[in-house]
Amino acid sequence: MKKPFQTTAQRSSLWLDAWFKLRKNRMALFGFSVLLILCVVSLLTPWIAPYSYEEQDLMLGATPPSAAHWLGTDIFGRDMLTRIMYGGRVSLMVGFIATAVALAIGILWGSIAGFVGGRVDAVMMRIVDIMYALPFMIFIVLLMVVFGRNILLLFVAIGAVEWLTMARIVRGQVMSLRKQEFIEAAYSMGLSRWAIIRRHIIPNTLGPVIVYTTLTIPSVMLLEAFLSFLGLGIQPPQSSWGLLINYGVETMEEYPWLLIFPGITLSLTLFALNFLGDGLRDALDPRASKD
Amino acid sequence: MALLEVNNLKVYFHTRNGVVKAVDDVSFSVDSGETLAIVGESGSGKSVTCYSLLDLLPKPPAVIEGGIANFDGEDLLSCSTDRMRQLRGNHIAIIFQDPMTSLNPFLTIGEQLIEPLIYHPEKSQRLNRKAARIEAINLLDEVGIVNPDSRFDSYPHEFSGGMRQRVMIAMALINKPRLLICDEPTTALDVTIQAQILKLIKQLQQTRDVAVIFISHDLGVVAGIADKVLVMCDGKTQEQNTTHKVFYNSTSDYTKKLLSAIPSGAKTKASGAQQGLDLVRVSHVKTYFKDFSNSENSLVKAVDDLSFSIKKGEIFGLVGESGSGKSTLGRSILQLAPLTAGSVHYSDTEISTLNPNQLMRWRPKLQMIFQDPYASLNPRMTVYETLAEPLLYHAIADKKTVAKQVQQLMDDVGLDRSSVLKYPHEFSGGQRQRIAIGRAIATQPEFIVADEPVSALDVTIQAQILALILSLVEQRNLTMLFISHDLSVVRSICDRVAVMQQGKLVELNETEKLWDKPEMPYTQELLKAIPAAGSKQ
Repeated sequence: MKKPFQTTAQRSSLWLDAWFKLRKNRMALFGFSVLLILCVVSLLTPWIAPYSYEEQDLMLGATPPSAAHWLGTDIFGRDMLTRIMYGGRVSLMVGFIATAVALAIGILWGSIAGFVGGRVDAVMMRIVDIMYALPFMIFIVLLMVVFGRNILLLFVAIGAVEWLTMARIVRGQVMSLRKQEFIEAAYSMGLSRWAIIRRHIIPNTLGPVIVYTTLTIPSVMLLEAFLSFLGLGIQPPQSSWGLLINYGVETMEEYPWLLIFPGITLSLTLFALNFLGDGLRDALDPRASKD
Repeated sequence: MALLEVNNLKVYFHTRNGVVKAVDDVSFSVDSGETLAIVGESGSGKSVTCYSLLDLLPKPPAVIEGGIANFDGEDLLSCSTDRMRQLRGNHIAIIFQDPMTSLNPFLTIGEQLIEPLIYHPEKSQRLNRKAARIEAINLLDEVGIVNPDSRFDSYPHEFSGGMRQRVMIAMALINKPRLLICDEPTTALDVTIQAQILKLIKQLQQTRDVAVIFISHDLGVVAGIADKVLVMCDGKTQEQNTTHKVFYNSTSDYTKKLLSAIPSGAKTKASGAQQGLDLVRVSHVKTYFKDFSNSENSLVKAVDDLSFSIKKGEIFGLVGESGSGKSTLGRSILQLAPLTAGSVHYSDTEISTLNPNQLMRWRPKLQMIFQDPYASLNPRMTVYETLAEPLLYHAIADKKTVAKQVQQLMDDVGLDRSSVLKYPHEFSGGQRQRIAIGRAIATQPEFIVADEPVSALDVTIQAQILALILSLVEQRNLTMLFISHDLSVVRSICDRVAVMQQGKLVELNETEKLWDKPEMPYTQELLKAIPAAGSKQ
């Protein structure tokens, strides 16, 4: 393996150009700002939250939004704003980290399978098929039996599911890219296979990958709620957006604000992600119009 | 009065970057039994002119700003959408460039042929299936499809390119149109097939007395078929006259420039070949592919037992029609396609036995220029990245000197230094090919395989790129394998030429000897099929 041969000017150009383009896209910038604010708030939550997330006030019970509790309280009298802020810490962390793990494994797996092709591809994709076929519930239960309750297992479980689709998408892209002339040109230049994958293949798969990623993050957040419900994720009195929505659904007729506010938060995140994703896809494609 | 009379046609495209005058004040006329050729380079507005007559342009951005197109007493530009639909297909038909993409792959060609007969807009003229079938089979016979009866039920992919174009012509003629518009109908075809199709169009035109508008970028093709020629550039009429006058007494500088850009005659520069020094030796090379479309074990013999050698310093031409295996041979020599048997020697090394890691060290010396400058450049890399990559990877330059070397390369291939941070899509075809050539010479190679490097380019650009290649070969003392289907191009640049047919070497000789005295019948046929400008009788 040769030493890395990129200069800063080279490496930055696609991403720098993308950044300049992204800055001109108002919707994407809005999405980016919303996500940034959510992340900052989540980070600072222990210091800025108005109440404690676990302190109950059973006498108070569920109250609609008021001056003291801006987003109301839940049936145990806990402040909703606080719980949503704390929930964001878990949801965003799970959303971003699990997706990043899925992304890394999926892109690597898919591009190797698609690029090498033949028998390697067949074996790698059969493994993906087997993982797909594995009943998810049994997989979770097994994990819990073997390792007990652990938040790290949450990432393992989600990552194990989400990278499969990513690998398939990337493989399909790579297979059509592999036959393109500029890949052959890279071969004839004497580049190693790894250099070709890294420098010529992966950047050209970014479009669909980014779109799929923005779809994955919210679905991971909801998956976390499902896993928490099964007892694998986090447990009350801790909270996450998924869990809050789950409990909110149960009581939505009497106390609609318990569903509405976490719902709005999750939807806002989803919108922000989609705007940012669309913007990123356009920004990373030099062929998309410049204006 | 002529069948079609177009006066002062103006078509503008209103884009975000301003108004593009695609067609600017163009007038012409064409009568029954007459062929008008509209000639121009890509972007000259020749296709837009014809598409606007049939209302086939995307609106917006296209806007017809003015003009009249009088077709048999009706103005095509102002008639209703319904009337236009009736006119299209019934009275005016169009043949497109690519016969594969214009046929529905899921329907038999017979089904597609009889469709307009069965669903004729005027109910009284509708035929039943049986009658339509007979009519279609007669027409297939007329356009030269062998066994039209059994071919009626074949699917488009079962036809060769030339046969598909014949089917397309049959489809265009099925409702007996009076005006036939041919948009580059032979550009995607081989030279011998092209000659056949041109002959067919000419012949059908005479028997059926239709008016033909023939769009082409190739003056050579036009010379043999057109009565009148309209030369366009940037949406404007450059010249309009009879074919003879355009070719022999042109009044327009642009036409003269086009004519002079057509490669003709022999190579003027002396051969740089050094006697007795074989740089590349190909012996008994076979490249077979498994053909999965047929039975499991059938093989496609793309290259079948070829032997020859290329002398140091020479430009060695390789000609053949599509499917002759010439591109595969080029790739096999560079070890980009695996050899089935045989060996390739590069000076004293047998490169065909090296493993991929050993080969990587040889790659910088052996380079390739690809046909399609659109596909052979990574769309997400700037010119700088594309040119710097081989320099840095093979440690020809370090981080400090790379910018300078990239600039030097851009100067060498005639690219503007200021466009160093642009992406491939921001360049024209010719400029892209310059980038690709720059990348190929970046590693200071000794041997270059050029696979149809000018086929995708306009004729004036083609002349520039050929001049660039010639000067680079001379300056850098390169040896080149020049693959092309265009014999005129090969003649103007190559020292020796090999002719390939169906994977086999047919003939090999010095260029001028081959042209003067082709020995094999296939070579003679190829040479005869070249549509040469100025050879119109």
